Amino acid sequence: MQDESLEGIYRSLRLIRRTEEEISKIYPTDKIKSPVHLSIGQEFIAVGITSVLNDDDIVSGTYRGHAAYMAAGGSLNKMMAELFGKADGCAGGKGGSMHLVDMENHVLGCSAVVGTTIPVAVGYALATKNKGSDQIVVCFFGDGATEEGVFFESLNFASLLKLPVLFVCENNGLAIHAPIESRWVTKALCERVETFDIYTSQVADGNIFTLRDSANKMVENIRVGKGPGFIECMAYRWREHVGPNEDFDQGYRDRAELRKWVENDQMEKVGEMLDEQMRLSIDASIEDDIVAAIEYAEASNWPDPNMLDKNVFAG
Amino acid sequence: MSSQAKNISNRILLYGDAILEATDQEMSVDPNVFVIGLDVADHKAILGSTRGLVEKFGPERVITTPLSEDAITGVAIGAAMAGMRPIHIHIRMDFLLLCMNQLINMAAKAHYMYDGQLSVPLVVRVIVGRSWGQGAQHSQSLHSMFMHVPGVKVVAPSNAFDAKGCMISAVRDNNPVVFIEQRHLYYTDALVPKHPYTVEFGKTRTVGKGEDITIVAISAMVIEAMKARELVEEVSISAEVLDPISLVPLDIDTIVASVSRTKRLLVVDNAWTICGAGAEILASVVESLGIKNSIQVSRMGFKHTTCPATPALEKYFYPTPVSIAARAYEMVWPNKPAWAPDAVKAEMAHQLKFRGPF
Ligand SMILES: Cc1ncc(C[n+]2csc(CCOP(=O)(O)OP(=O)(O)O)c2C)c(N)n1
Repeated sequence: MQDESLEGIYRSLRLIRRTEEEISKIYPTDKIKSPVHLSIGQEFIAVGITSVLNDDDIVSGTYRGHAAYMAAGGSLNKMMAELFGKADGCAGGKGGSMHLVDMENHVLGCSAVVGTTIPVAVGYALATKNKGSDQIVVCFFGDGATEEGVFFESLNFASLLKLPVLFVCENNGLAIHAPIESRWVTKALCERVETFDIYTSQVADGNIFTLRDSANKMVENIRVGKGPGFIECMAYRWREHVGPNEDFDQGYRDRAELRKWVENDQMEKVGEMLDEQMRLSIDASIEDDIVAAIEYAEASNWPDPNMLDKNVFAG
Repeated sequence: MSSQAKNISNRILLYGDAILEATDQEMSVDPNVFVIGLDVADHKAILGSTRGLVEKFGPERVITTPLSEDAITGVAIGAAMAGMRPIHIHIRMDFLLLCMNQLINMAAKAHYMYDGQLSVPLVVRVIVGRSWGQGAQHSQSLHSMFMHVPGVKVVAPSNAFDAKGCMISAVRDNNPVVFIEQRHLYYTDALVPKHPYTVEFGKTRTVGKGEDITIVAISAMVIEAMKARELVEEVSISAEVLDPISLVPLDIDTIVASVSRTKRLLVVDNAWTICGAGAEILASVVESLGIKNSIQVSRMGFKHTTCPATPALEKYFYPTPVSIAARAYEMVWPNKPAWAPDAVKAEMAHQLKFRGPF
């Protein structure tokens, strides 16, 4: 789906990071009137997972969906235009940051009601299986989503029918500001999921290559019809829950927690593995892409007023 | 109490602070009252409306929950059946769709189907979002769905005074009450007495007197309608603005009395119009006045489409002071050319304080 060479992985990590950093710079100008849930620091999950997928595999994300969308190859120009609320946005401006979609690049629509996409991804997998396609569906969601009953109902059904779906829980330890300790009796999420006869794996070292190894094995199993897989990947949210800023001044968490994640920043680590010249040229081309995307968004028209009523029903 | 003493105990309070004060006062006098929901005890404290409660009453009475709205609704219902008075809070009304089974199949029906042996004194607080890309899933106001079902009360206070009084009434009510707030109302304030008081459900309030047309406005639309009322003064139309405050029970008599004077009824809802509160109000008024009384009726509300995120389209989605004023003018002067209010005044009427992201 996304280039699995080292350069490809770095490019994707860097593109997501820099794009979101630019979004957070633009945000105070009010050009982006959309609640942005940034993935900064968590990009390695979307990048690691999508780097083991085939081009036509399906990706399902959430309102914190910029990373999954970009890693899956969703159009950067269209995403930026969507955030600006413009006609050329990936959803014509109707969705905004929380509802990215790009079916041409196999990105299923993102949803802002936590947990809603989980059974939908399972249903998409049911269809691909019935059609005899070897596409699999990857379903990204946060740790909070696993608290909804629909999560367990979906696991049970997906496993019962041995559906080709990879569940990826991005466990950043927070649901808005609520720490996991206030929401889970035990942290044994993988064990809970295993009782549904689903392969699980926890990736706790924040390392994109460990994650890729896990994902590769899962995807192999899924493709040969062994049913769903589940990965819990530990991560840390560097910015506030929603909005462009850091929030360590809010008193609910300590900046010291951030340090170990920054030291282990996968974008930097993978970058260091590259030849210096190569890295610089990737960086430069990413800056060009982002500038171009912002120009594209600025230049795009506002949606025509008659679009307000379009697409309520399918034709 | 002397009128001076009364005045001293009145302060200007913001909408959210009025709800907070009501909650605090009811929790202080009744140990059965407790707050439950996602994020009720974090530092943002549901836009400040639960600020300080956990420090004062402890985590046993201000219960933070996992993301399990369906189950927690049932839990709140069970606790209510056992004699407690839970206030279950949702930061957006859209999330109430996860709770529908419990609310409609259990809470609404329990008292009836168990022949009065059980009751469900539950308050469900919800905030309706608007603008800054709230979009399809963070902007819905679904009060008419609840109005449809016997056994649930529905209130939508449009100002800080009613918010406090309605919250106290809701907590003391022995039935499930869906308590509807709106994001932009959190920027409004009003004179609010310090002492606990109730605003009785089923009493329509006349918020602006008038002779030519009756505008019934719901929730945040009361503010828009009052601005429209000022705008139409420019063309010598005197509009009466009514706020039903509670939709179930609905005081239709006050509305009927007003319409029988003005002969014109415009309902402005903060929701879609089809099968909405406005449809119910119009039908009830027409039924009550009978066909011999010729009156003009009209409804306004959300455009019948999904709420778009982009401001470029969203600006056509909601009724505004200008569109309400123009509709009122059309109704009063059906044969005159269309009129639009003075652009500068219209602009001022539009000012919104809300700046995202949430
Ligand atoms: C059903 C539902 N309940 C509550 C919310 C409000 N809300 C938005 S994001 C969020 C936290 C979700 O946390 P998690 O699933 O861990 O994802 P993260 O935001 O950390 O990526 C909550 C409670 C919502 N959008 N949907």
